[in-house]
Amino acid sequence: MTAVDERPAESAEIGKARRRKEDQRLITGRTKWTDNIVLPGMLHLAMVRSPFAHAKVTSIDTEAAKGATNVVAVYTAADFPDGMGACANAWPITPEQVTPDHLPMVTEHVACAGEIVAVVVARSAAAARDAAELVDVDYEELPAVLDAKEALKDEVLAHPDKGTNKSAFWRLDSAEAGTGGSVDEAIAKAREDGIVIEREYRQQRLVPAFMEPRSTVVDPTGEQVTMWTSTQVPHILRFLIAATTGMPESKIRVIAPDVGGGFGGKLQTTPEEFITLAVARKLGKPAKYTETRSESLLSAHHGRDQYQMLTLAATKDGTVTGLKVDLLANLGAYVAIVGGGVPVLGAWMFHAIYKFPAYQFNCQTVLTNTTWVDAYRGAGRPEATFAIERLMDELAAEVGVDPLEIREKNWIKHEEFPFVSVSGMTYDSGNYEAATARAKELFGYDELRAEQKQRRQSGDPVQLGIGVSTFTEMCGLAPSRVLGQLSYGAGGWESAAIRMLPTGKVEVITGTSPHGQGHETAWSQIVADRLGVPFDDVEVLHGDTAIAYKGLDTYGSRSLVVGGEAVVRAADKVIEKAKPFAAHLLEASVDDLEFKDGRYAVKGTDKGVGITEVALATFASHNYPDHLEPGIDADATYDPVDFSFPHGTHLCAMEVDTETGASTIRKYVCVDDIGQVINPLIVEGQVHGGLVQGIAQALWEEAVYDDNGTLVTGSFVDYTLPTTADTINFVTDNTTSLATTNTLGTKGVGEAGTIASTPAVVNAIVDAVRDRGIHDIQMPCTPARVWAALQSAGSAEVAQAQPHFHEEAANNADPGTTGEGSGS
Amino acid sequence: MIPSSFEYVAPTSVEDALAALAEAGDEGKVLAGGQSLLPVLRMRLNAPEKVIDLGRVEGLRGIREDGDTIVIGAMTTHDEVANSELVKEHAALLAKATAEVADPQIRHRGTLGGAIVHADPAGDLGAPVLALDAEMVIAGPGGERTVAAKDFFTDLFETAVGDGELLTAIRIPKHTGWGAHYEKFVRVAHQWSIVGVAATVKADGGTISEAKIGLTNMGSTPLRAASVEAALAGKSASDVADACSSAADGTNPPSDLNGDADYRRHLATVLTSRAVAAAAAG
Repeated sequence: MTAVDERPAESAEIGKARRRKEDQRLITGRTKWTDNIVLPGMLHLAMVRSPFAHAKVTSIDTEAAKGATNVVAVYTAADFPDGMGACANAWPITPEQVTPDHLPMVTEHVACAGEIVAVVVARSAAAARDAAELVDVDYEELPAVLDAKEALKDEVLAHPDKGTNKSAFWRLDSAEAGTGGSVDEAIAKAREDGIVIEREYRQQRLVPAFMEPRSTVVDPTGEQVTMWTSTQVPHILRFLIAATTGMPESKIRVIAPDVGGGFGGKLQTTPEEFITLAVARKLGKPAKYTETRSESLLSAHHGRDQYQMLTLAATKDGTVTGLKVDLLANLGAYVAIVGGGVPVLGAWMFHAIYKFPAYQFNCQTVLTNTTWVDAYRGAGRPEATFAIERLMDELAAEVGVDPLEIREKNWIKHEEFPFVSVSGMTYDSGNYEAATARAKELFGYDELRAEQKQRRQSGDPVQLGIGVSTFTEMCGLAPSRVLGQLSYGAGGWESAAIRMLPTGKVEVITGTSPHGQGHETAWSQIVADRLGVPFDDVEVLHGDTAIAYKGLDTYGSRSLVVGGEAVVRAADKVIEKAKPFAAHLLEASVDDLEFKDGRYAVKGTDKGVGITEVALATFASHNYPDHLEPGIDADATYDPVDFSFPHGTHLCAMEVDTETGASTIRKYVCVDDIGQVINPLIVEGQVHGGLVQGIAQALWEEAVYDDNGTLVTGSFVDYTLPTTADTINFVTDNTTSLATTNTLGTKGVGEAGTIASTPAVVNAIVDAVRDRGIHDIQMPCTPARVWAALQSAGSAEVAQAQPHFHEEAANNADPGTTGEGSGS
Repeated sequence: MIPSSFEYVAPTSVEDALAALAEAGDEGKVLAGGQSLLPVLRMRLNAPEKVIDLGRVEGLRGIREDGDTIVIGAMTTHDEVANSELVKEHAALLAKATAEVADPQIRHRGTLGGAIVHADPAGDLGAPVLALDAEMVIAGPGGERTVAAKDFFTDLFETAVGDGELLTAIRIPKHTGWGAHYEKFVRVAHQWSIVGVAATVKADGGTISEAKIGLTNMGSTPLRAASVEAALAGKSASDVADACSSAADGTNPPSDLNGDADYRRHLATVLTSRAVAAAAAG
């Protein structure tokens, strides 16, 4: 390996593989999960949900339910004439975006199965559930539109009053933006004397399937209303409750206690939260709602669900000259909080690590009668990475070279950083050569290629394939000004505060909201190093808007690179603030002090004072300089200067049983460059979990509706989540190019594994059977699908190496005629 | 999710259980290990008025020898069956299939009798029990009766156990020295079988003298692959593929998200071939 940055000098805590301090309580469950919270006189809610995907509610009879034992009330939307808030879309991607109102409870029009039409309030959860079955709702069923391509036809409308299913059209064109050439010219030229690869890929619909079902408790008693809820975004939720209900923001306290996973699935403001709040306020009593797993799979937002039409132009030697992306994204029944924006995030990612001279990204979003779709681990970037990494393998096959060779020919070289991409992003640092070299070495690339050849020659029924994914992603959301340009409804800064307690303990208050990431441990390591205090003396507080009063929460691999930097800056302010107190106590000049290992020392002497001693002295405040306020606590708000661009090389070997179609993972190696690592054990956990989640999209998971819009995969019997029994031991390693956009040189890692692994697996499966004329298998690559591909191999349909899109294909039409407006 | 409320009784003898069942009539449901019934209750797919828990009936547990037969109490857990030396020695096919059921937690709660009476065609234990020519001991108000496995599974989730009756034991003729293998095909480990093949063979010096094969999820009940069994007799253990090619004959497999009926028929032939080869190898 060459040209890899040196890590900073070895320090006490940063880089140490500490076990997470939060894990004992999280793993044993002896903690405050929302559903563990029990308040005096608390009532329980059960929701009555529409079984139909598209319907008109003609009548609701609640009499029998109201008369049931221990039932306190049964409400419909009509019982809340002033409304109960609304689920907001915070990122209209165009000014003209069609955005149906999303009220917590249906008044008349049901737009997807699982929408709430009534709520039962009872003295026990069991009584509420029993009575919910007594609510008699009459529906007039309407035809439902489920698939994005069908929706585009505007024949069946998800929201008839809107007159169209098309929500918005958004484009980024490198020629128009001045960041590159014309993609149409590049494609035209390649059709004459180069290579044009045209493919359509399907990003199936997925369910985030977090471990802890969503739960909300609201206490309306007293001056303030307190909501405990299983959310990733307590601060955003508090803001949106105030904005949509009219309650003063200062009267609302939102607490995200320990939260069991999210993966983006809990960054929503949900109907259930608004309903629980409204019911508790109406009755003046604490109320709890906890969803069942079935409700969670049906009604918590889904992820992905895109069609990707891709045209890649290249010269005969495999140098890419242009990429055109036509994306069709299914938003489900409503435009979720960032639902429209998630596919648009792909705009800056489809060109990935490559130097493409021309690029165009078109995204059409459509509404359907399905569960709303929003961020799911990676959010827009896994989809883009899948597409380009699959395409690069196709290009390699077309040119007839190794997939790594075609990548190296096109990628940004180490010495070219910082590099401005064809979509206008500035990649601050990276070293694709180093990560790839290390991955090849750990993988035994050449040996596995030799084995592949040998199996092919011997006609082994179990064929071997090797898949490559050299990914990058943009995370660390996000510079506030950039978000402003994109019409995003908030900023992207993060906040931190540090309280120096008189006993020497340190409280760190973060605006991020961990739900399994290990912030308490990582932030403690950072602060322990920065302030020179023991790791165990640092306490991290989070997820309560009354304590962490300022924050923008956790999603998009932002917490460390944005929130961690805010912690660093708050710590540095504490050090600066304490310095004149230290000088005063030491009877020295501020200029003569140096701070090291938690101690202010007078240069050239053995005199000094610890920062925790200063904390005690300022608490007592018996002796301090006249011109200073007593106290050394500090806070900081950090607005990132740019996104974070981790990258890595993932190599996957898959064995494909040609007799059954079963694919099994033989070996998986990933080498990620995520800059400075704070805690290698946490990174390892993030990468392992991320890999499994990405591999699951490739092999196992898919949310399926029947023709009526009923979710067929409505339980874990049919929504096949993997377990440890289905995976192998991954080989993980890191190379390091420090980020240049933050103090510690960190990059995000929360989504990296998920973003990278999906194409590596599918590339490997296709590679195993490519010699039979197969160039794609739709995800999830189930044994039945692989076997079907093998059966049809050799037929005209499969053998056609470069299918051209049908001229009449809706999404291939001139985008100007299909859209609602244009973005960027 | 929370089930509808029901009355719960936990008898300690078969007689008391039968009495409770008689009293409950159509509104009673028997609880064995609970691995199928509890999800059904929690999802409110069924709402019996009375649940009769057999967990405290000691007489329904345990594995013993009875001459040429192994007798397994209906309430014996999967884990006990899979790890029983008696079962491993004399009915290896059942031990191996049982070890493939779901996951360790479920194997420590679920019971052989419960799984068999539930009669899910995708469940793993019907096929080996059928292949091993087991007999089911059923207790009822009129006393005890015995039903052969081939007559026991009558339809989807339907068995010969009638209203007011209980399965009390499974009697398996000893297949000492027979090779056995259960070939289970799933996408994820904890899933119900897409297709499963239970094969047990008697081989002498590399030649198969007798083979018994049960199929999982190839119809509304577990099935025997009778034509394969006939074709295998006298065949070399190293060349079974041809004989197994008729494994899907007479089957009526379902189509679902995991594959259509044709794919399952194809799988049945491949997996039967593999199961028989593995069984013959030990």
